[in-house]
Amino acid sequence: MHCKNLLGSLSEYVDGELDPALCAEIERHLAECEDCRIMVDTLRKTIILYRMAGHRPVPEEVKARLYAVLQLGTAP
Amino acid sequence: MVAALKAGDQRAFTEMVERYSAVVYNLALRLMNDPQEAEEVLQETFISAYRGLGNFEGRSRLGTWLYRIAYNAALMRLRRRELPTTSIDEPLLNEDGEALPRQLVDWGIRPDQNVLNDELRRVLDAAVATLPPTLRSVFVLRDIEGLSTAETAEALGLTETNVKVRLHRARLALRERLTSYFATH
Repeated sequence: MHCKNLLGSLSEYVDGELDPALCAEIERHLAECEDCRIMVDTLRKTIILYRMAGHRPVPEEVKARLYAVLQLGTAP
Repeated sequence: MVAALKAGDQRAFTEMVERYSAVVYNLALRLMNDPQEAEEVLQETFISAYRGLGNFEGRSRLGTWLYRIAYNAALMRLRRRELPTTSIDEPLLNEDGEALPRQLVDWGIRPDQNVLNDELRRVLDAAVATLPPTLRSVFVLRDIEGLSTAETAEALGLTETNVKVRLHRARLALRERLTSYFATH
């Protein structure tokens, strides 16, 4: 497998959604290719960072105004 | 819950707002890049939902129905702004339309809470904001809000294949931007 061929499957690979045969092929390639190992590692870290920090709670005042507009009483 | 909602049960409606407002807000915030407009989209979404509940047939899940309303509301506002919706720095694409990595540098960090300072949070926000809305919406729902591929496809009116392709492109573009940051920090 060449690096270019692997690129398109990377997201499914890190998500664990690839069929086992293709997964094994990728892992054989990764064992020999530092560039692709870096790609996989930094892709995983990108996803992890956004999962940790991407979500914002709805600010209390925004929620209060939403409840007021919808006439739902006080927000819990 | 749907039956109660359609019957005008206020407690059910409140529960719906409570359950889904966070994802609606986050989708709106990331699409609009403006807290004021995000709040307007949030309100518009639930007002539309309230008015449209009579027509909701339950063919889609309640959450994905709401996210679709929010997405459409945000898109209409973006079109009215008449600003370019494509990223200034479009990734280079190979013949399959995938972004070719320009930078292959190990980051040398462990992605844990110690890494997440205010500066990095700003960098993460700025990077997502550069994605075209078509990629950004998928990324927000899948990787930030944790919806499944099927839920994301339903919410955005895409096929699951579309979702996977767009998610992959979004991730590659974000990885590229974050590599620039980590190369100098």
